[in-house]
Amino acid sequence: MDMLRSEVRKLAGDDYTTAAHLAHAAQQARERNYQDFLIVDVDAHHYESESYKEVFEFIESPVIRRQAVESAKRGGRASMLGGQIGYQDIGGRITRHELRRHDVRRHDKLAGGKHRDVGMTLEWMDAIGVDYCCLFPTPMLFLGLHPQVEVEVAMCRAYNRWLCERILAAEPRIVSMLYLPFNDPEAAYRTVADFGDRKGVVGFMVTSPRYKPVHDNAYVKTYALLEEMGKPIAFHAAYNWHDQALSLTNRFISVHALGFMWFNMVHMTNWVINGLPERFPRLKVMWIESGLTWAYCLMQRLDHSYMMRTSDCPSLKRRPSEYMREMYYSSQPMEKPRDRSILEATFKMINAETQLLWSSDYPHWDFDLPSVIYDLPFLNETARRNILGGNAARVFGLDSRPRKKIPA
Amino acid sequence: MAECFVAKASELADGDRRIVLAGTAEIGVFYKDGAYFGYSNTCVHSGGPACEGLMINRVVDVIAPDRTYQGQTFSDEIHFVCPWHGYEYDLKTGECVGDRRLRLKKFEVIRRGEDVFVIV
Repeated sequence: MDMLRSEVRKLAGDDYTTAAHLAHAAQQARERNYQDFLIVDVDAHHYESESYKEVFEFIESPVIRRQAVESAKRGGRASMLGGQIGYQDIGGRITRHELRRHDVRRHDKLAGGKHRDVGMTLEWMDAIGVDYCCLFPTPMLFLGLHPQVEVEVAMCRAYNRWLCERILAAEPRIVSMLYLPFNDPEAAYRTVADFGDRKGVVGFMVTSPRYKPVHDNAYVKTYALLEEMGKPIAFHAAYNWHDQALSLTNRFISVHALGFMWFNMVHMTNWVINGLPERFPRLKVMWIESGLTWAYCLMQRLDHSYMMRTSDCPSLKRRPSEYMREMYYSSQPMEKPRDRSILEATFKMINAETQLLWSSDYPHWDFDLPSVIYDLPFLNETARRNILGGNAARVFGLDSRPRKKIPA
Repeated sequence: MAECFVAKASELADGDRRIVLAGTAEIGVFYKDGAYFGYSNTCVHSGGPACEGLMINRVVDVIAPDRTYQGQTFSDEIHFVCPWHGYEYDLKTGECVGDRRLRLKKFEVIRRGEDVFVIV
């Protein structure tokens, strides 16, 4: 038997790095030549809780600031902000959730003036093959459920100020759709007015788990301002295990699978049925992290009911699905049925070639790589490149030249 | 076919793994309960490093004879889990636990004296 020259390595321990964790992603990026074209990740995350000490300094109310600082002194999540029950890491099976502490420590040393989060984000972006990412928080995805509206407002403003100053100003490859304190309509309006022209702010985002109807008149002036500014509004999905219906589920898989569609289905239904696309025809609306099957289902469901109940939604001049096909959808978590014709039909239904925007959701547990789009046999090269970056560049006004550095 | 040296047998404790890069192949070699296993280190899901995550026993629902649910426990079946997204594989067969029609390519691992080799 011949002896083959080989290399043997042990598993990563304290020398864990994101670049090594994503080595296979970088290999895919090289094999598919991602260096040649723009890839924009419209939904990625950091853990702002790792920077709470800094973020809290930006809280303007001295009373709330003190509460925040004191509540975080014992380590972990700040009790003033709370959190959601969940075990996204599948009992430790998603090892990067725990191992990221090595990255945090390493990047703290490497920072050299730039914030640690910039370095950590660029590391995975380059490994995956991403030119620009739209960065969102993580624990704040549940802030819309906080019983104290003034805390949501205070935290939103502090985080947005911190993000603009420390992250977006420092790194042009990182952009964001800023958090909107939707439970306080006046504060939401002020947020758009105050931050709309800041560097790297490409839109505004509502975290979907909340109990405020999007069609409330109180939001009209915010939608008008967004439309006038040309900035999109996004609804970013998350779950609420305390929701009355979802609390019937007893496993995280269930609340996650349903919950990430749940609130966006309600918000989308309200948005369309109340005729908001007719009132704000130039306002771009984006739906983030619900996957694709919810839209495919809801289009059919609403069209079916609409034809029988036009008096319920008299502002509509077209079928609900026609409005929905003009909105934007981030792709992750992209469902992949074994029968690919179902996915192809879904793409057709949502007008994917112009309206679908690829997203990773990295570093969360169910992230997607660009290959979920790139490897689809029913897409031609133009459609692939549109979905992977061209559509987002158009919506966000980004330079279409690639800027990433895929590791060799 | 060629042999790739993995490690000295004494270097591999129970549950240890090595990742072998041989030509274009990337192989996870496991040593567990006195046996060696070798599988492709490319997950069937999204191409992640399938052999580099947790090793953990299979979780089973305990269903009583009256068909009521009595909780969960770990069985004797050992799995290894792709760290990217949690795809679980049966250590004995390389089958993907969620759908056993999917499996990782298996590589033979042999011990000759004190030396462990994987056949590529």
